[in-house]
Amino acid sequence: MTALNELTLAEARDGLKAKDFSAREIAQAHLDAIEKAQALNAYIVATPDRALKMAEVSDEKIAKGEARPLEGLPLGIKDLFATQGVHTTAGSKILEGFEPHYESNVSTQLWRDGAVMLGKLNLDEFAMGSSNETSAYGKTISPWRRQENGTFSDAPLVPGGSSGGSAAAVAAHLCLGATATDTGGSIRQPAAFTGTVGIKPTYGRCSRWGIIAFASSLDQAGPIARTVQDCAILLGSMAGHDPRDTTSVDMPVPDFEAAISRGVKGLTIGIPREYRVEGMPAEIQRLWDQGAEWLKEAGATVREISLPHTQYALPAYYIVAPAEASSNLARYDGVRYGLRVPGRDIAGMYENTRAAGFGREVKRRIMIGTYVLSAGYYDAYYVRAQKIRTLIKRDFEAAYASGIDAILTPATPSAAFGVGEMASADPVEMYLNDVFTVTVNMAGLPGIAVPAGLDAQGLPLGLQLIGRPFDEETLFAAAQVVENAAGRISLPKAWWA
Amino acid sequence: MSVDETTVRRIAHLARIAVTDEEVGPLQGELNAILAFVEQLGAVDVAGVEPMTSVTPMRMKKREDVVTAGGRAADIVANAPETEDNYFLVPKVVE
Repeated sequence: MTALNELTLAEARDGLKAKDFSAREIAQAHLDAIEKAQALNAYIVATPDRALKMAEVSDEKIAKGEARPLEGLPLGIKDLFATQGVHTTAGSKILEGFEPHYESNVSTQLWRDGAVMLGKLNLDEFAMGSSNETSAYGKTISPWRRQENGTFSDAPLVPGGSSGGSAAAVAAHLCLGATATDTGGSIRQPAAFTGTVGIKPTYGRCSRWGIIAFASSLDQAGPIARTVQDCAILLGSMAGHDPRDTTSVDMPVPDFEAAISRGVKGLTIGIPREYRVEGMPAEIQRLWDQGAEWLKEAGATVREISLPHTQYALPAYYIVAPAEASSNLARYDGVRYGLRVPGRDIAGMYENTRAAGFGREVKRRIMIGTYVLSAGYYDAYYVRAQKIRTLIKRDFEAAYASGIDAILTPATPSAAFGVGEMASADPVEMYLNDVFTVTVNMAGLPGIAVPAGLDAQGLPLGLQLIGRPFDEETLFAAAQVVENAAGRISLPKAWWA
Repeated sequence: MSVDETTVRRIAHLARIAVTDEEVGPLQGELNAILAFVEQLGAVDVAGVEPMTSVTPMRMKKREDVVTAGGRAADIVANAPETEDNYFLVPKVVE
């Protein structure tokens, strides 16, 4: 029999309903797996007492025939979501000791539906990074290893970021699924690096209330899980209108799970020629062609399209996101929560607190943001970037107006890289990881990353599907076709346990 | 555009982040690398293009002007480094 923590979320749901095992048993199986996987550093904190207590309630509900949609399913929560009474850090020293007296809307809805919390997952500090190396709580290590001539390398790999803890935990069976957030690719890039599925829904689909803000016009929550179906199930619970977030849309949440079996017959899939970037590895190009072929075989029409402003998305993002971050992170001043370092006066206290509390990448982004918003530069940088954002969105609108239902691209320009490999690179090289994902945030669209194959070193590679606004259903349908064709990508061995 | 050391110190002060002399040089290099990267945006013709203000078309929601929360002062100050009687304590601001 498959170990309980190795079931898919859908299988676990069915097993619990059939009383093949209890919520307590599956929670315990995960807690044991987490305990053994310290080497991955995927969790900043595990919450075993809470998990077992929630599982007990689930077992009572199941016994009474009152099971809720996610009853007894153990999940990990990215430590960017405020969880009541549980240390919430954003991966930063500046939130040292912060225990929210409130619960994020997304996690509230998961608990409403019966899910069980296993703990808080590691991330890049304030979700700023593509490798989970900027966390103040240490790097998360990918459960994947490179293979050469049939032997596994010992060199540790990054799980991607910023939702690196979420992706690593899902891949290594330390939870059935996890919450994550995506500002420029932080769900889809780590999902691609770890052979998991991750969806960033349309901006406004999930409430941002109680999620520690990075760049408010780009941030969006979504799930990472091991299958397309599992992601569809989780998004169904995470999404929905919340009056406390004025950008959360007042629209009904579709039955995402039902959409996975729709297929792609009659759909038109666009292949944007601008994503064929210089120096793209041949393996990525092959994977992309293969993906198009799979969709064609399933009855879709595949057509080349043009998104002419693609190349400007990443530089425009590196103005908009830091600008918004510099404003959002102004609240960490040593007064209301977290760290305080004394100074000679109040300004000195602010400056010392922020110098000691923020890591290098966060400081750099706050400073870039401060610069581009400062007097004399605002129009040249920020306003220009927002105009370019309009152009990027128009590119997509034109494609959809011409009959395109979804767009297929690679998820990342390469497979996962080694821990420390990018340390000497200038920041821009790290930023290039998001070149295929960031356009989607700039245009507020939904995007899903789905594993599609392995590279020559045995590492997972993912494809991305981009949809029309609020048409996540088509993405689930098309991603399911890719998943069926590619087969489930799973870890070769648990070297850490 | 690129920044010099004085500008780096000025930005750091605006951002309320103390920087040491040793940090200024590397920060200057990193900020200039990012500014050089975004320079390419200058090549885009943005004449007549509206800057984006909302990524999804939506009207600003309004609600009744009523009290929806409050009475939780103790919760609000619970995480503060220094408090007294449900007030945040800060170093003296006015002499």
